[in-house]
Parts: sequence; structure tokens; C-alpha cells
Amino acid sequence: MPLNAADRDIPTRIDGYGDTFGKLYEGPFERKPDGRRAGGRIRGSVPHGGSKVVGGIKDAIAASGLTSGMTISFHHHLRNGDHVVNQVIGACAEMGIRGLTIFPTALFEVHRDIIPHIKSGVVSRIMGSVNGPIGQLISEGGMEAPVVLRSHGGRPRAVMSGEVRIDAAFIAAPTADRAGNISGRAGRSACGSIGYAFTDAECADCVVAITDNLHSHPISPVSIPGIYVDFVAECERIGDPSGIVSGTTAVTRDPLRLLIAKYASGLIESSPYFMDGISFQTGAGGIPLAVTAFMRDAMRRRDIRGSFGLGGITGYFVSLLREGLVQKLMDVQSFDLDAARSILDDPNHMEISADWYANPWNCGAAVNMLDVVILGATEVDADFNANVNTEADGALLHGIGGHQDTAAGAKLTIIAQPLLRGRIPCVVDRVHTLTTPGQVIDAVVTEFGVTINPRRKDLLDSWQEFRPGCDIPLIPIDELAERARRLSGPMEPVRTTDRIIGVVEWRDGTVIDVVRQLER
Amino acid sequence: MLYLPGNSPNMLLRGHLFRPDGLIIDLEDSVSAGEKDAARVLVRDVLRRGDFGECEVTVRINGVGTDCWRDDIAAVVPCGISGIRAPKTETPRMVKDMDEYLSSVESKSGMSVGGIEIFCLLETALGVWNAYDIATSSPRVTAIIPGGEDLAADLRTSRGNEGTELEWIRRMIVVAARAAGVDALDTVFPNISDDDGLRREAGFVKQLGFDGKSVIHPNQIPIIHEIYAPTESEVERAERILAAAREASERGLGVAALDGRMIDAPVIRRAEFTLQRAGRARESDERRVKSCR
Repeated sequence: MPLNAADRDIPTRIDGYGDTFGKLYEGPFERKPDGRRAGGRIRGSVPHGGSKVVGGIKDAIAASGLTSGMTISFHHHLRNGDHVVNQVIGACAEMGIRGLTIFPTALFEVHRDIIPHIKSGVVSRIMGSVNGPIGQLISEGGMEAPVVLRSHGGRPRAVMSGEVRIDAAFIAAPTADRAGNISGRAGRSACGSIGYAFTDAECADCVVAITDNLHSHPISPVSIPGIYVDFVAECERIGDPSGIVSGTTAVTRDPLRLLIAKYASGLIESSPYFMDGISFQTGAGGIPLAVTAFMRDAMRRRDIRGSFGLGGITGYFVSLLREGLVQKLMDVQSFDLDAARSILDDPNHMEISADWYANPWNCGAAVNMLDVVILGATEVDADFNANVNTEADGALLHGIGGHQDTAAGAKLTIIAQPLLRGRIPCVVDRVHTLTTPGQVIDAVVTEFGVTINPRRKDLLDSWQEFRPGCDIPLIPIDELAERARRLSGPMEPVRTTDRIIGVVEWRDGTVIDVVRQLER
Repeated sequence: MLYLPGNSPNMLLRGHLFRPDGLIIDLEDSVSAGEKDAARVLVRDVLRRGDFGECEVTVRINGVGTDCWRDDIAAVVPCGISGIRAPKTETPRMVKDMDEYLSSVESKSGMSVGGIEIFCLLETALGVWNAYDIATSSPRVTAIIPGGEDLAADLRTSRGNEGTELEWIRRMIVVAARAAGVDALDTVFPNISDDDGLRREAGFVKQLGFDGKSVIHPNQIPIIHEIYAPTESEVERAERILAAAREASERGLGVAALDGRMIDAPVIRRAEFTLQRAGRARESDERRVKSCR
């Protein structure tokens, strides 16, 4: 079995995925693109042609020409409130369509309804992030073909390079008009940016907008113009607003997370990048939000004006924009209603596509302009490699998200997380699954202090020179791993079979690791 | 000084990371009667690991008058703690009982007798009334501390935002502590989400003369440190005190003086503490950078 450049055993052929010859991970920036971009089927229209509005989801599926064995795509902007994936797959099942490859940006707990359709063969393959119960099912061998995991940037790259052809894209549209113009900014299922759907709309052979907020007049502003949209289907509800809001919107009072956030913010402040024009991505959740709050304090204190905030945008980030601490927000997904409202009202709050956000094979993704990113991981190892896909028991429960892309793009990539989750260590000798290589991770921050990758001698120098005070401990990675071992005690090794149930692609399409089926 | 529940492994292992000056591992009120034995074993095991950074570690045992206090002392004293916090101390006799038992445990464990300090919690009107006698009842007594909730109940009142019910008691404790030559440490501020209230109260007790304050939540620590942080003039004075003490020592003088006031051992200790707080970890941090390269 060949080793890739990250020392992972990858078979020369993976059933349900294909040959890996020429597709082994070579390094974070080694593989270069060539050839021409792929696109969808060319369509034409005539003046005053027929209406795009069809009767409902089943009519839209029929109109799209979808048949068994095809590939259909979805976006996940409605997150755990999404109703569209379940409705479309349910309708396909009733229409006798089988053997579908689904190509969602992510699946959540709410999509457990498609499990019977996986078992019955309506869905035979998933290329996309699997969170929760579907991930558990797949980990236990509940699907023939392995899941293909791609990053937010790797996914549009795969589409635009022709590696994945989308036969039909079903786009949940919080607002749409009869001409097929789509926006995520308004409607009862408003989610703000719908940036993950842009590439699908541009490149799919057929595009269906599914909406519960259909306007007879042209809408504005438009996220996806109707020039890409073949059909518009109305349904009663595309989503549940309570499930659309992601994570927490208030800064945590949890002292452990505050401590980690304070240390991460201190590292940023000590870095050479903490100056006017700094750009950063912090994301949602307890620690990232608290880092943003500490950074806001530091920016005020040192009179720093940032350039832009990127990625998943929260209401807290919006407050930075309003205060003038950043000049622009580049929003590929809006995590809460404040962010969704802001993108509607504020021209400095920009909606960007996943391609623009993170695709390594275009003329300049936004991640390449990032100074600092705060990320999490389920595991980090002594080489600073990160695992964000599998849990300590080996189950494939999470997608890659923008982890690989932002880590590769940012000048300072920080993994900020507690050393242990419960009694499970997050710093280990070797990560079970390799998602993001240590070459693009610069520091790990835990409650025990800041751990800087020795590769970044410049950061160690700036830490020594500019460190923001004397109260943030610096701890070597070996010592951190030893602490984790001492606190957790010996862990049972993950027991898997040889069968591969997941393929983790690096953002350039090479195979960085595989996930194997759990032993029963 | 941060209280840590004796039945919470998570907090016991991580409490020192929040950088309090001291940890108070609690076997008393935060542990229910049915969990006392299990908590004692847990605390003993955690103490044996000895991983508490630069924190001074004390254990709040169950009060003299319960069935547990001797078992508590026997379990934790041989594990390298600095002292015990003795709840509901009301009389010098209670301190003497603890002193004697501590001596026997120290002796059996091969420790030097008299090393374990006693921090007396005065949680009843009688205890407060006897403050000076308690503080002078044993050379082990290091500090006296007013109670909070228990004391308010004994006084037939309740804790209020302004702390009116404890005002006279706090003044009395400072006077008794100073007269006895021990520290006065303040009780906890119970409302963990009221940062402004904590800041107000900590400023008030510092002005009264309290040497420090106990906290029940890690988020309260930076506020106490902020209030008790040495000012530039305090740092400058500390440096002058130590310089004067060094000079007196070099000249073979028994007593040093600065600005017409005598400098004795506690003054020197306090000056060293001030400087330590002002510049702590600077040297060790440089060492860490080297080890990470």
C-alpha cells in the first residue's frame, strides 16, 4: 500500500471511489491545475417562453430529467433547520428513482430521515460532509460506497475542474421570483448568504430553486440570478428558523473557554500580523466568539483598524464592522439572524461564493488574503496535524468545512480548544484521521497555554519580543501531549476493519487519508 | 484564593490554570454528606499528583464537631498541602484540638511538626467575637476569615448587595488579625455574574486592610488581581524597602529603616510579594521560548 506525502497508507484502488494513482497527497501546495474549467449544460430561452414555476417538488424533479444513478446537489445554509434534502430524496423514492449520488455541502442531524433511503438504495453514494446519525451509520458500514469528504474550497474546485458533474442542483431558496432569481436574505427561512450554492448554480446541468417565499415581481438584491435557474418549485416550508441559527451568539462565561480565548487572542496580539489592516476569521461557537471579543478589546486598546472578516459571519462580527474595527465582511455563510439582517442592509457586508472563499484553483481565493484564523479540531498530534472528521472512537461524524482552506491560506493558523473533552485527550501522538497537515498549522492553544509550531521560528521570536504580558504560558507540544496522557490515562485504540468508508481529500483533490469501518 | 469543589475532578485538575494565588479544595459545603468519603479519596489522589503550578494549596476540611474532620486531616495532610481551612471555628479550644491532631498526623507521616497552617473561618457571631483569641490560640493560625452565608444566618440577616451586614465584622476581623499578627482574608462574593459588584466589594475590603479575598468562580480572579495589583508607587516603595534591608544586612545592622519607619520581616515579605506579583513569570517565560525551539 503506497504512502502519501503525509505518511498515510492509501490503497491503489478504493472500491466505490476509484484508482488513487496520481491522486496521492503530495503536500499542501504541490498539485497544480491544468486544462479548462468545466461548466453545465448550455441552455437557451426564448422571449416570453414558458414559466419556470412548476407545481411542486415532484414536478421539478420530473422536469429536471432526473433518473436513477444521477448526481444531485444541495447546500446547507439552513443547517439543522433544512427541510429540502428530506423532501427531495423522499420524492425521488416515491418516483422510483434509485442509485442517486448526493452531493450536499453538508448533512446534519435533521437529515436522519434519509437513512431509510440509504438502506433501500435510493441513495447509494454521498459526497459531502456527514454530521451526526448519517455519519454514524456510514462508520458502521451502512453504505456501500465510501463518503468523499471535501473542504469548502475543494468542493467547488472538484465541480469546476470536472471531477464532479452535477446533474441537478436543488437549491433551497429563502426568497425567489418567478424568473428564478434567488436570495437568502429575506423570507421566513432567511439565512443570509447562500454562498455555498453559487458554484452548483453555475455548473449544474439543471438547477431547481425550491422556495416557500415566491415573488411575482423580480427580487433584489439577487444572490443567484435566474440565468442559471431552470425551474422554480414552491413548497410549504423549506426550513425551520430555529434550526437555522448556528452555535451561540453570546460570549461565553465558561471560564475554561474564556481562558483559551484569552491565550489565543494574546498570541494574535503578539504576532507580526496585529497591525492596521489585519484580516481574520474566527467563526461561531464559544471559544471563537470569545477570541473575537478579546481581539475587539485589543484593537480598541491599541487603536488597530482591521481590513476584513471572513467566512462564517456572526452578529458579533457585524458589531466589529459597525464599530469600524473591520472595513468589510466577506460572508460565505451567516451564522445568526443578526448576520442575516446585516447582509441585507449593509453594502460593506458582502456575500461571497465558496469558490471565491476558498477554491485553491481560481485566480485568488479570499482565504489567501487571511492573516489569522481560529479553528478547532477533535485531535491534534505531535506534528501539529489536525483531525476534524473522526471522533475518539473512530466514528466519522464531522465534515472538513473550511478547515483545510483557511489553514492553508492564513498567515497564522491557530487551533484553539480544551486539552481534553471530558476525559478524551485532544492532543495525541498521532491523529486517527488526517484532515489538515501540520505544515499549515502554526499554533495550538489550550487551557495550558500557547504551543507554537517550532517551524514558525518567527512567531517564537515575536512572542518573545512582543508578548502581551507575562501571564500566558508557552508549552512545547511534547509536554502538552504528555499532560494529556497523564490527565486522561491510557486510551483504548480505535478498532477498525480494513474496509474504507470515507475518503478525505485535500483541497486540491488528492487523497490525504481514508476512514475505515468501525469494528462492531 | 479559588474554592474548588472536592468532588469535581475537572475543576481539581484545572483550577490552578486560572492563576489564583491559592487553591482551597473544599471537602465541606460543596460535598454532600453521602459523597464525603469518595471526595476525600479523590482529593487525596489529586493532591498526590501535585500539579498545581505556583498555587498555594489548602483544604477546607469539615468542621470540628463533625465526624469527618479527623479523617479529612489524616487523608490530606501527608499530601503536601500548605494548610487547612477550618470552618465554623468558634473557640480557641477548637483550634487547639486541630493543632494537636495535626501534630500527631505530621509526626506519623514523618513531616516536621507545626508546618501545616490553619486558616480559621469565623462563621458565627461567637467565632467573630473570639477572633483575637482564636488568632492567637496556636502558632499555626495564619489567617482569620469572616464567613458569608453562614454568618449572615447566625446574625439573623441575609447577604445584601451592599454588604452592610458584614461591615462591622470585617472591620473587627482586620483589627483582630493585625493585633494577632496574622492575615485577614475576606469571604467570597457570591454573585458570580456581577463583576461590578465584586469590583466594588474587593476595593472596599482592600481599603479596610484585608490581605486578599476568596473567590468561588475563576472569572472572579482577574478582578481581584486587578484590585490588588501593585501600583507603580507600591512597586517603587517595595524596591526601596528591599534595597534598605539589603544595605542594613550588609552593614551588619539588626534592624533596617526607611523614611523613619522600621523594616521588619513581614514588611520585607510583603515587599517581595509585591515585586513578585508585578513581574512574575518573566524569567520562566524566556526559558519556555527556548524549550519550544
